[in-house]
Amino acid sequence: MLRFVIRRLAWAVPTLFLVTFLVYIALRIGTNPVESYKRINPRATPAKIQQYIDKNGLDPNYVRGYFRWLVNFVTLDWPRSIKGSREVWPQLKDALANTLRLGAAASVVGIFFGLMLGVYAALRPGGRRDVGVNTAAFVGISIPPYVSAILLQLLFAVYWSRWFGSTLFPTSGVYPPGHTGFNLLLMLKHMVLPVTVVAIQIIAVYARYMRSSLLDVLSSEYMRTARSKGISERRVLFKHGLRNALIPVVTIAALDVGSIVGGLIITENIFSYPGMGKYFLSSFGEGDFPLLMPWMVIIVASVLLFNLLADVSYAWLDPRIRLE
Amino acid sequence: MSTSVLQVRDLKVTFATPLGPLVAVRGVDLDVSAGEMTAVVGESGSGKSVSFLAAMGLLPKSATIEGSVVLDGHQLVGASPKLMRSVRGRLMSMIFQDPLSALNPVHRIGAQIAEMLRAHQTMSERAARARAVELLEIVGIPQPGDRALQYPHEFSGGMRQRVVIAMAIANSPKLLIADEPTTALDVTVQAQILEVIQKVQAQFGTAVVLITHDLGVVARVCERVNVMYAGRVVERAAIHDIFDAPTHPYTRGLLASLPQAGVERLVPIAGFPPNMLRPPSGCAFRTRCAHAIDACGAGVPELRPQGESMTACIRSGELTVSA
Amino acid sequence: MSNELVNSPAVREAAVPVVSPRRMAFNRFVSHKAAVVSVFVLAILVVFVALSPLTARYGVNQSVQAPPNSFLPPRANAWLGTDDIGRDLYSRLIYGVRVSLIIGLFSAIISVLIGCVVGAVAGFRGGRFDDVVMRVTDLFLAFPFLVTLLVMRNMLGAISWLTPIIGKVSSVRFIIVLFSIFGWMGVARIVRGQVLALKEREFIEAARAVGATRRYIVRRHLLPNSIGPIMVALTFSVVSAIIGESTLAFFGYGPQAGDGATSLGILVGQAKGAVNTGFWWLALFPCLTLVTIALTINFIGDALRDATDPRMQKDG
Repeated sequence: MLRFVIRRLAWAVPTLFLVTFLVYIALRIGTNPVESYKRINPRATPAKIQQYIDKNGLDPNYVRGYFRWLVNFVTLDWPRSIKGSREVWPQLKDALANTLRLGAAASVVGIFFGLMLGVYAALRPGGRRDVGVNTAAFVGISIPPYVSAILLQLLFAVYWSRWFGSTLFPTSGVYPPGHTGFNLLLMLKHMVLPVTVVAIQIIAVYARYMRSSLLDVLSSEYMRTARSKGISERRVLFKHGLRNALIPVVTIAALDVGSIVGGLIITENIFSYPGMGKYFLSSFGEGDFPLLMPWMVIIVASVLLFNLLADVSYAWLDPRIRLE
Repeated sequence: MSTSVLQVRDLKVTFATPLGPLVAVRGVDLDVSAGEMTAVVGESGSGKSVSFLAAMGLLPKSATIEGSVVLDGHQLVGASPKLMRSVRGRLMSMIFQDPLSALNPVHRIGAQIAEMLRAHQTMSERAARARAVELLEIVGIPQPGDRALQYPHEFSGGMRQRVVIAMAIANSPKLLIADEPTTALDVTVQAQILEVIQKVQAQFGTAVVLITHDLGVVARVCERVNVMYAGRVVERAAIHDIFDAPTHPYTRGLLASLPQAGVERLVPIAGFPPNMLRPPSGCAFRTRCAHAIDACGAGVPELRPQGESMTACIRSGELTVSA
Repeated sequence: MSNELVNSPAVREAAVPVVSPRRMAFNRFVSHKAAVVSVFVLAILVVFVALSPLTARYGVNQSVQAPPNSFLPPRANAWLGTDDIGRDLYSRLIYGVRVSLIIGLFSAIISVLIGCVVGAVAGFRGGRFDDVVMRVTDLFLAFPFLVTLLVMRNMLGAISWLTPIIGKVSSVRFIIVLFSIFGWMGVARIVRGQVLALKEREFIEAARAVGATRRYIVRRHLLPNSIGPIMVALTFSVVSAIIGESTLAFFGYGPQAGDGATSLGILVGQAKGAVNTGFWWLALFPCLTLVTIALTINFIGDALRDATDPRMQKDG
């Protein structure tokens, strides 16, 4: 098992470098950092421009440029943003914290309820509750998150206040505008709608996964063997059925969680939630390379890390994989 | 006469299918005595597996079971789930054809056997694991202590089937049902597994029902044979009588179709297996039987004595018997 | 002797009714009521949209009346209301859906074509090629969708020698290319999975034993037996392209074909602004249309998957 993990780690490290290199190339081609700099700072002197090029590793030679950027990045000598020449990390840190909070809450809620619903449905396949859950999940998947976000916003922001006078759940931001300091209740209130929107999708997806996986397992031969032992039905379901059904689900969950850091862009945008999504959209729109690269590195690292976690958890849960 | 462990009377199993009700088992009578090895022989679709799955209560809910199955004094048809759970694994066990898919791939072998033990005996986990290792030794697994910590996919086919047997006899059941235990195995391994079953039978006094379509396997180990066709038992005889003096045309057809040294052409049974959605009226075999007469279609023939055997052919007395 | 028996009335009476696999699959599909309804709904929608010059009441850039004409709620001469410059939402929806459906359909078809080839080769060849392809697609698919979409969009748009081939960034052609590049990976995984499962089956071994070339086997045996999953992949590609297009349009990166031409995505994108100002028709109807299309196609895809899934044939 340990060898397995080490082998996977050995893969992950060069992949990290390779992918960040590809991202670096894509961003240089796509956002043209030098032009962006000149555009935003039209009065910059050639010396300043050259300093910018050096700091960000924007040499004409992509490989050399990448390594220059890498050195600066790893030594925490990060260039400032193009627009406003601000420090990158404070901005990024806040955005990351906000998104992590949102993503974690939505994932926990979504996966938990999704799995429960999936089991609930699979226990009586074809029955009324199975059809009910399946259809509901289906509708959940078919409604893109921003549609449900818009509709929820419509409901709570516009109409609720019109009918009831006050807003029940706020529809923007982490705190009401102008608020400073930490207030758990306010924060939670602001998170309710965005979390709901994201959780709906997650519940729908995981309910279907779990249902499908459990149905597969329930029709396996070893379930029949387990029953033939005369053990309690609950033990059959949990120790044999769920234990096996959870394997593919856990793997997928690990992958999904990995991409959640960058996956909430739309929802954050609609609810004006200042997270990684907003950070990305504004810096991408401006072509602000110094802001974008660290963001990308976090995303890439997160994806690769959770890819690794998914692999490891799969091997841990399913002994058949470990031989590989 | 030794005590009867299993008595099946007029067992009927009907499946609800999209194409209508399918009667897979149409009235099976069967007896198994304590400690004896009985064969149930038939082709695919004869209902041999379904009958015993019904006895074990392992059929899906879409199956309707009628008739009587008495195991060691307990009536199993219509029994409460609680009773069935206490019977399964303790009085009666079943092993299946494919040992790989029959074992849970993510649990260790020792743990799976221990689970069987602790389901019906009060034992600590430690004691159960120790007993599991002993059982593995009995069925001939080398280094049982180490092997008990391994997973099913780390065993070969024959070893896996031994493990399955060890699991099945863990609680010294009165009856072991073996559904095609050797079909998925190599020929050399088949013989080993049959030996293991015999050894276990002798050591624990377990009666064994060997379900198979392979008459060669039957000849090695069984004392009595029940031949099934189209959901009914059509002949029941001692092992020697079946081979020397078969009384039912189907049995004779089966024997004649066995490849024999020196015989150049194989002799199949003419026709096709019956459609169990609409089986032929009367004797189900009559559409393929060279000796069928009009009376054969009149009513489903019951098992009647014919010499030492029981047979469900109304013409069994008149037909000449060929080896 | 045997021949007489085989043809006797008793035997024929007992014969099993023969139902071809295609018929069985069709029956299974039809038993999904939601899918059948979806087929009808979708068909009506497609017909409506295809006959657009006739079914739309106004041109895509035409105002319904002289000003004041903006932000009018649904009324007799504008069934679904008007937008910010007085254009009929109903007509624009029709034209918009047409553009989106075209994008969805074409990118799905191209995705499936590429995906089938890559997936079949990867699955059949196995080995290094398969490993590499799978790792690459795995990683690509693991990244947040929108991020990769936007980055790729900008990158492709910036490579000047590609522009004549794939069109400008704001053209429909470009969007189709963009989604094809994304879509084929999902399809390839599905096809590869199917090929892997089929590869070990005896009929493939038999074909090989008779001397069939690899290409023949892929063409004649593997792909036809994968039709089910491929069709399912096709339907889901269409949905994902349509939703993807609307996502892009939402952020202003969608197709801008000029002359006021619109897509479903652009219309939905305008919904956000409409929420705060209370012009509910501008939000509701495009969203409803999008959800309806997604739902119907998803239902159909799901029913197709059930109908063609060989696992289902295990019962009995």
